[in-house]
Amino acid sequence: MVDTNAIYVLWLRDIKRFIRAKSRIIGMLVLPIFFLLGLGLGLGNLIPSSVLGGSYLEFIVPGIIGMSLIFTSVASGTSVLWDRQFGFLKEILVTPNSRSAVVIGRVAGGATTAMLQSFIIVIISLLIGFNIHFTAATALAIVFMFLIATTFISLGLVFGSLINDFQGFQLVTSFVTMPLFFLSNGIFPLSALPGFVKYIAYLNPLSYGVDGLRITLAGATSFLNPIHLGWLVISPLAIDLFMMLLSSAIMIAIASYAFNRTDVG
Amino acid sequence: MDSIISVNRLSKEYGSLKAVNNISFDVGEGEIFGLLGPNGAGKTTTIKMLTTLLKPTSGTATVAGYNIKTSQNSVRKHIGIIFQDPSLDDELTGRENLQFHAILYNVSSDKREAKINEVLKLVELEDKADVLVKNYSGGMKRRLEIGRGLIHEPKVLFLDEPTVGLDPQTRRHIWEYIKKLNESTKTTLILTTHYIEEADYLCNRVAFIDHGRLVALDTPDVLKDKLGGDVISLKAKTGSDALEKRLKSTSWVKTISRHDETIDITVEEGEKKIPSLVKIAEKIKVQIDSVSLHKPSLEDVFIRYTGKSIREEEGEGWKGHMRAIRARRSR
Repeated sequence: MVDTNAIYVLWLRDIKRFIRAKSRIIGMLVLPIFFLLGLGLGLGNLIPSSVLGGSYLEFIVPGIIGMSLIFTSVASGTSVLWDRQFGFLKEILVTPNSRSAVVIGRVAGGATTAMLQSFIIVIISLLIGFNIHFTAATALAIVFMFLIATTFISLGLVFGSLINDFQGFQLVTSFVTMPLFFLSNGIFPLSALPGFVKYIAYLNPLSYGVDGLRITLAGATSFLNPIHLGWLVISPLAIDLFMMLLSSAIMIAIASYAFNRTDVG
Repeated sequence: MDSIISVNRLSKEYGSLKAVNNISFDVGEGEIFGLLGPNGAGKTTTIKMLTTLLKPTSGTATVAGYNIKTSQNSVRKHIGIIFQDPSLDDELTGRENLQFHAILYNVSSDKREAKINEVLKLVELEDKADVLVKNYSGGMKRRLEIGRGLIHEPKVLFLDEPTVGLDPQTRRHIWEYIKKLNESTKTTLILTTHYIEEADYLCNRVAFIDHGRLVALDTPDVLKDKLGGDVISLKAKTGSDALEKRLKSTSWVKTISRHDETIDITVEEGEKKIPSLVKIAEKIKVQIDSVSLHKPSLEDVFIRYTGKSIREEEGEGWKGHMRAIRARRSR
């Protein structure tokens, strides 16, 4: 019983802080919006639609949503550093709640706020000419956003638990998030990558998350082929969903482990 | 006296450094118990072990009936902690901080609001409850933390250096709140401090900690009485010799010493002896110039047990700090 309370409180705390920090919301939106305008409109006009089987804007919007999610999510790990700095971490850790509950609460709060930002990006995309390709699967887009956020917030929490200084945190996270984004299908199709780099991108959860968003939002064809297991055919969308569920579960487990070992400071 | 905390040969070692060295003591229910000692004596380490934040190297303790090694969660449920450094979320309001704490400690929702209002009243923050904590003063933050520590009705409340970094006036206020909450809620309080006056004013019993060891433990009055009583210093215009001679034969004067024209005597209940002293002097026609009474403080007791002053240690620390700054500058 107690533990669900902890999850709820930490989630509520993130929501309250998010709503109050208007400058932070705008700050986190600036980069994705520039990418959206610069790539979606500027570069997009140079790419003939025959190359991607659709407009570049349709291709890039799910990628930018993925980008916004990964950047916001990993950066949310700083909250652990701030809480350590201001001593609030101690207050949380001496309560009779398991540390896993604390991790899940933080992930839930961070995922909610990261998804709210994604919704804002979707609205801006609609304004500049993006069309949502409505199908029965479109609602799954929200699930993919949630799972991308969960995976990378957990990654941020791992860094936040292990790194005690702010500069180190920023250095490490930018060192990790940039390659994660560029070694995915975020702004170009994986087929454009040379052989061995392509395989790295196949190991990147973001590739499956963005692919899922692309199928559900833009009705695009996947970079994956369906898997045939006898009479059973597993669709690319199901593979994407499975991979994201798997990466979320693994990353939450790692974050719980790292958070268990963090010192109060 | 029922003991609510019982510490048995507790130790914490960091490599070869014994931060806490084999200490044992009991704390009675409803008591205000003080751990007094210079910075770095091992007080905070002791508190951290009793609150399950640190694992002891050896020894054990029970808090509110639960073992700190084997029943950590039960211990945590029954204690409150006010840390040395602030531990509030300052982007939330005071009330929100209290609400979050109440939920984290599973205070049932029908009792929550009443309890929050009750502690807000106790620490006199009712009119600031809905202001963001970052706009609070240092004293207000401390009061909010004290109030927060009480929300889940802990059996024991730990206060680690509750008034460090506050100005003297605010410190006085915090003392009043601490006394008030002990009287009205009957919560057992354990506080660490390196302020002599704080321990003397607040605590029913005081344990002196130095270099990780418990060097003395008793009520402040008994500790002070062990020094033999109050010191009265007398200065006579003339006839110091005659006065000294007369006092030597007075039964209630325990010791006597003389520096130039000043006579120091130790007596019990010094303030009641001053009129008699004046009378004695009049009788032998000695005119007294000045009388001063020095009540022994816990500081004197600490010096007796450790051979050094708590403040001295602090001064050393400050001097060391200044030396470090100077060294840095000259580099």
